[in-house]
Amino acid sequence: MTTFQEEHAETGRAPASDIPLVAVADLRVGFGGTEVVRGVSLSVAAGECVAIVGESGSGKSVTARSLLGLAGPGSQVEARTFDLSGRDARAFRPADWRRLRGGFAGLVLQDALVSLDPLRTVAAEIGEVLAVHEVVPRARRLERVLELLDAVGVPDPAARARQHPHQLSGGLRQRVLIASAIAAEPKLIIADEPTTALDVTVQAQILRLLAERKAAGTALLLISHDLAVVASIADRVLVMKDGRVVEEGPVRRVLSAPAHDYTRSLLAAVPSAASRGTRLSGGPPLPRRAPNPSAQVLAATALSRSYGPRRVVDDVSFTLHEGETLGIVGESGSGKTTLARLVLGLLEPETGRVSLHQRQWSGLPERQRRPMRQRVQLISQNPLDSFDPRHTVGRLVTEPLALPRRERRARALDLLERVGLPAAYAARHPRELSGGQRQRVAIARALAPRPDVLVCDEPVSALDVSIQAQVLDLLAEIQAEYGTALLFISHDLGVVHHVSDRVLVMKDGRVVEEGAVEQVFQRPRHPYTRALVDAVPRLG
Amino acid sequence: MPARILLPVALLTLLALAVAVPGLLTGVDPLAADPLRALTPPGGAHWFGSDHLGRDVLSRVVYGARHSLSIGVSATAVAVTSGILLGLAAGLSPKWLDEALARSFDVLSTLPELLLALLVIAITGPGTGSVIFAIAVAQIPNYARVIRAQTFVVRHAGYVEQAVTFGRSRAVITAQHVLPNVLGPIPVLATIGLGQAVIGASGLSFLGMGPQPPAAEWGAMLAEARNYLRVAWWEALFPGIAITLTVICLTVLGRRLQRRFEGRTP
Amino acid sequence: MIKRLGTGLAVLWAAATSSYVALLLAPGDTIDILIGDGADTPEIRARIVAEWGLDRPEVVQYLSYLWRLLHGDLGRSYQLQRGVGEILATQVGPTLQLTLAAAATGVTLAGVIALATAGRGRWSRGAASAAELVSVSVPPFLIGIVLLSVFSFTFGWFPVSGASGPQALVLPALALGLPIAGVLGQVLRGGLERALEQPFAVTARARGLTERALVARHALRHALIPAVTLAGWFTGTLLGGTVITEVLFGRPGLGQVAMQAVTGRDMPVVMAVVLVSAIAYVTISTLLDLAYRAIDPRIGG
Repeated sequence: MTTFQEEHAETGRAPASDIPLVAVADLRVGFGGTEVVRGVSLSVAAGECVAIVGESGSGKSVTARSLLGLAGPGSQVEARTFDLSGRDARAFRPADWRRLRGGFAGLVLQDALVSLDPLRTVAAEIGEVLAVHEVVPRARRLERVLELLDAVGVPDPAARARQHPHQLSGGLRQRVLIASAIAAEPKLIIADEPTTALDVTVQAQILRLLAERKAAGTALLLISHDLAVVASIADRVLVMKDGRVVEEGPVRRVLSAPAHDYTRSLLAAVPSAASRGTRLSGGPPLPRRAPNPSAQVLAATALSRSYGPRRVVDDVSFTLHEGETLGIVGESGSGKTTLARLVLGLLEPETGRVSLHQRQWSGLPERQRRPMRQRVQLISQNPLDSFDPRHTVGRLVTEPLALPRRERRARALDLLERVGLPAAYAARHPRELSGGQRQRVAIARALAPRPDVLVCDEPVSALDVSIQAQVLDLLAEIQAEYGTALLFISHDLGVVHHVSDRVLVMKDGRVVEEGAVEQVFQRPRHPYTRALVDAVPRLG
Repeated sequence: MPARILLPVALLTLLALAVAVPGLLTGVDPLAADPLRALTPPGGAHWFGSDHLGRDVLSRVVYGARHSLSIGVSATAVAVTSGILLGLAAGLSPKWLDEALARSFDVLSTLPELLLALLVIAITGPGTGSVIFAIAVAQIPNYARVIRAQTFVVRHAGYVEQAVTFGRSRAVITAQHVLPNVLGPIPVLATIGLGQAVIGASGLSFLGMGPQPPAAEWGAMLAEARNYLRVAWWEALFPGIAITLTVICLTVLGRRLQRRFEGRTP
Repeated sequence: MIKRLGTGLAVLWAAATSSYVALLLAPGDTIDILIGDGADTPEIRARIVAEWGLDRPEVVQYLSYLWRLLHGDLGRSYQLQRGVGEILATQVGPTLQLTLAAAATGVTLAGVIALATAGRGRWSRGAASAAELVSVSVPPFLIGIVLLSVFSFTFGWFPVSGASGPQALVLPALALGLPIAGVLGQVLRGGLERALEQPFAVTARARGLTERALVARHALRHALIPAVTLAGWFTGTLLGGTVITEVLFGRPGLGQVAMQAVTGRDMPVVMAVVLVSAIAYVTISTLLDLAYRAIDPRIGG
């Protein structure tokens, strides 16, 4: 592995005149005895973009925040070397840290709705940085705020400056947050999951904006759970797991030839076009599914539904066949979830109809629909909310079956085994489980009545990529075994591409494109689909 | 059981004992006056001293528990029961009826509890029964509002919707999911509410609206003791401590239960 | 805002109506109740019948009662032989003084407690919680009794009773204000601590703000939001506490009037006091609602 040697030589050989912005060796951060960062070494040179990638609990956020002295209350921070801009930060007093924050490095967090003070105007938030670091005299402050807003691509800065964060769209909010981070012209921007809460097209815009800052000479430290997001912009990447850096190197090399097993499994777990049919969590290929295009299970015809004056679902039609997976993809507000509720019969369409096994399903009196209810089941994004908090896992998974108490336990154990949970979990409460385990319980429960249609509404959106891989694998196995039809709703094009046979692209309540998944994603006809596909960050 | 919960539980047990068998804790008649030994400071014969009529303060505090607590418990029981019924009625009713009931809870809870209670007593006249009724009426809207809000939350919870997809009928869902999850927090609310009822009742007694002399009741004892503050601090101190400790114990216990409860439900 | 006004009027109407209903539901003859312990002569009876329209249908009675209220006519006390409005007018001053002083004391102390203890570790958190626990668990009159025995009887610093001069206002205002301070202080402290843990606080710190500036410019405003929603509790404690405080400290005021009216079963006065307290409630909660809107731009309107 000569390349490996060379890289290290390269990064270690920074020109002597050019002091790195960040030079940290053996960083350890603990909270009351538990160490969450266990010896991380990290350097960021001027103008460079370094990414830290890891799943939740890897310590990536804490590492980034310690660089601003903001590891959190009760934290103990130690390091062998801790030089920021050439000064030893271990000897910093609070006033030194404050000069550094905003001035040397600006911080951009996830979801500006909560990362900007919701009670203050945009101008006040950005102006605060200018005031603290005395960037411009008071009289010129508003003028500078408007220049900054313009620089980050906020249209009509004068009007936006007077608004509050909740009056802006997610993308604009994130731009404002970036404007406030760069207001004092720092040499470094630390961006902690800066695009995680955003739709994919908006994410692409924000990444472009960050790339512009980098091109202008600002160094970037990018924290993300998503390898693909960092791929387009980072020079070097650090992969973190359980508080340690398991792999480090130029982004191209790490993505194309990962050296560490964990990096490899992380990369393999990312669903995409290429991963179809493979087991994301590793192991033998998935059993082949056999959709039966002649056996229609569910059909929706010209469905429409409004909330107030807004048409949330507008003239949507589709069919779903036995053993088939129909993906529904769209950004937030596209009407995906409302469509799911129409299909589930939890909401009545204003016009159009849903039929199940060629028989009327929507618009029925509840009494007539009830016997058929168990044919269509739901797996939602937040399983905890879908569990009665008083019940144990064992009781929950058998809930649809209305079994006598004696038979319940045996059946519960069967179901738990099917979704790969140990029998001991039957006695637990869902709160005691992790996110992935909860989703397994939800799958077991939805499976219990052997439904013909399983509506999955963003079932893996709240999960880490490796857990997402396990859950997707499980769904695929079950589908192959029982021939269940899946209506799979997601904002994530990679996930939809991995699981679906056919796909529906939704925008503002309407279906803009539909067809076989390969055709739609590889040769999109509608401009919106094309924009969506282009916006997806790609590995390699 | 952790120490901070052990103490309240122990004190409340003692209190329950005082209510059930006061004779066990003191051998003295709370009504036996002995003018010759009036206003004796705490010591040998009278641990808590004697009052202005020479009655034993300890004995009056012990026997007073029965009066004060029975008022609090009865008022809370009435308020909780009516609150549950009204709150559920609102929460499960069609929208217009719910609106009407909710508005009336709002209006009732705008009147300060004490004034509402005084309005009731102005009509019924003073006495133990009046105080119970007054406190109950004043507290009903609190319970009703909480139950209504909780009903609303549970009715729209994901697990209720999920039960619909299992083909359960409305009645079954209400019985299996809605009611248990709505009524779950009641013991907690009632424990804290009992403390507030005891305070409210003692306030009314203090104003002379409750049990009439010579009955031993903590608030009434304080009202009498007020005239002797300068010479006999103990006559006010001990009933005051009794009320405060009772309410603190109930509040601590209630909040503890609440935290445990909230730890379990999302 | 128009909706707000409508709600306020509805509350007033409901308060008037419920006390009227209470009067009708009361066992016994309405005339007897209205006379209460006052002089009972055929002339007075005739006058009551005329004033309350008791010889007319009940709907008309009720409407004419509302009509009188609308014109500011609160009726007549047959025990005191005076107009109710006149009686109350003389007593509003001292009560207003007391409640304003108590509210100011309570709010100021709450602010001090919150700022002194927020985010300052376990010890001060424990102290603030204990203060709150005690202030919800001690009957309001007991605080007054303790203040009286310590500062009036033992040290002799303040007068025992009466309303002469600012000296006499200190202890009653404290007695009424302390429970408010305890609860409000805890709520403000909780609000501050929650605000300081929010992502926007991290962002603000990352701009180089001092903790003090962070509290002053960001957190305090957030902490006020839960405090403002306590309006109902705040008003109730203040108005209800006034009765007890005035009785305990022998201060003149509406509370004393209410007590005497209840003891003497002087219904016209009791009903008027209920109405006045509803007016106070509507006023205070409207003001707090306006404050709420000023604090939180996310509330529409």
